[in-house]
Amino acid sequence: MAVPSVAVQPRPSILSRLSESHNTLGFGFMLPAAALLLVFLTYPLGLGVWLGFTDARIGRPGIFIGVENYEYLWSDGVFWLSVFNTLLYTISASLLKFVLGLWLALILNQNLPFKSFFRAIVLLPWVVPTVLSAIAFWWIYDSQFSILSWALQQMGLIDHRINFLGDPTNARASVIAANVWRGIPFVAITLLAGLQTIPQSLYEAATLDGASRWQLFRYVTLPLLTPIIAITMTFSVLFTFTDFQLIYVLTRGGPVNATHLMATLSFQRGISGGQLGEGAAIAVAMIPFLLAAILFSYFGLQRRKWQQGGGD
Amino acid sequence: MAATKRTRRPEIDEGGMGYLQSLPRRVVTVYLPLLVFVIVLLFPFYWMTITAVKPNLEMTDYQNFNPFWVVHPTLEHIRYLLFETSYPGWLLNTIIISTAATFLSLLASVFAAYAIERLRFSGARQVGLAVFLAYLVPPSILFIPLSVMVFNLGLYDTPFALILTYPTFLVPFCTWLLMGYFRSIPFELEECALIDGASRWQILAKIVLPLSVPGLISAGIFAFTLSWNEFIYALTFIQSSENKTVPVGVLTELVRSDVYEWGALMAGALIGSLPVVVLYSFFVEHYVSSMTGAVKE
Repeated sequence: MAVPSVAVQPRPSILSRLSESHNTLGFGFMLPAAALLLVFLTYPLGLGVWLGFTDARIGRPGIFIGVENYEYLWSDGVFWLSVFNTLLYTISASLLKFVLGLWLALILNQNLPFKSFFRAIVLLPWVVPTVLSAIAFWWIYDSQFSILSWALQQMGLIDHRINFLGDPTNARASVIAANVWRGIPFVAITLLAGLQTIPQSLYEAATLDGASRWQLFRYVTLPLLTPIIAITMTFSVLFTFTDFQLIYVLTRGGPVNATHLMATLSFQRGISGGQLGEGAAIAVAMIPFLLAAILFSYFGLQRRKWQQGGGD
Repeated sequence: MAATKRTRRPEIDEGGMGYLQSLPRRVVTVYLPLLVFVIVLLFPFYWMTITAVKPNLEMTDYQNFNPFWVVHPTLEHIRYLLFETSYPGWLLNTIIISTAATFLSLLASVFAAYAIERLRFSGARQVGLAVFLAYLVPPSILFIPLSVMVFNLGLYDTPFALILTYPTFLVPFCTWLLMGYFRSIPFELEECALIDGASRWQILAKIVLPLSVPGLISAGIFAFTLSWNEFIYALTFIQSSENKTVPVGVLTELVRSDVYEWGALMAGALIGSLPVVVLYSFFVEHYVSSMTGAVKE
């Protein structure tokens, strides 16, 4: 037992020294992930931009046609309608998700019985596949047998059935409502986690100083929550802007393109219509909006982080 | 992360100043809104379930039957779904594809996260940032060029088209999540092992991985759920009915002409949601804490 079992190492060979070098090893460890991402993410991103400049169709590689696709889109009313729809959809759904999600988070942060039960239940809409819950909404919004219309009729609030998905305005409101329904849990649970990191002593101190409930929220909760709000809403805006599934299930862009988002229009033109080049151009046109949304919601809210003197 | 914070806080702090509120006030400001939220968030699931077991006769006859309830529950829709459609095949496809994509992504992510977080090779920070940015690239932008690639590689209409493309959103996500997890493992453990002559490989396999089992579980569940729920790639890259996944199959194959089989559709949606709900309900604490942990980074 007295003799140490580890033998004295001879001078390490080049191979073993290489395997201990952080750079070589780091490169080797990064290889699988980097290969997957470069081949299936970076390259397609570049290919997408290139396709936008070609007239590729399904089954025929395109030739370079410059900005013709973009010129065509620039004068295409449906494209601009989809841009408008996407912005309307993103802004209204994100705002609603934020307000309702924050409200739900504040409620869940109270001392409730069955706290973890409620937290689990609230996450459900976020966990189940969007397409499958969207199918449930499709049935809820059915023009003839909508349960909502029936319930409102029974209560005497309306006298004829609501045409949820057949009328442009209603259809927009309906898809936004379905998106908000699905998005609230994510916002609520992440903000709840942020709320739980705020020390109770701050509220007690503010109460002793005579702060009202609104002042507690405005001057204690909100500033301390801002960093996590920024991150949560950046993600939320991003996923709402690029949403595809919900629209594809509920309306496929109809009625008369009133709910077409850029993603669904890109699918319709690129895959269903076979005009890969034009579809790719629409997808590429989303990028500036995405960058703007990320920069706006990230820096716009992030700046306050150091103003508050807060770290992570 | 959230879990540790909760346990660290003294128990007496739990309600904060909640005791200052009177009961009627709490009912109006807390319980009533909570009730409304829970009803609204759960109603579509209730409606899905009740429709799945409702005979067609009751489903469309609102005069004689209250639509909120079912008088003669039937398993006819579920039987039809399981024995007269390709639904079991879609379930099997989804399970195979999700498992394979999850496994592949976890494998790649563990190495990548360890390298970025612990090997600290030159440029590790930039690579970490690039991984985060990769997560922000949405599938809606990638599906057209990817479909061209998938076709040229001869993967069109095969499960491999999905197994290889799902990592584009799984790898960044899992890597980011695991990076946060590895960061919480003390450096000293690895230093001890290094002094004892362990190679980097041994450190990863015998020290880091066993300690990060909870992180691996959350990353695995997340990845599995995300692949299970994926729609746009599965819609674009798969054509034949027998290769479809559940979300695509339910939507494209169960809706025939103008006759909507609402009962079968709802049963399909319900059964398709069950696996992820069950999986998630087992690990809900992991799920919540890692989700919030990942977002807090």
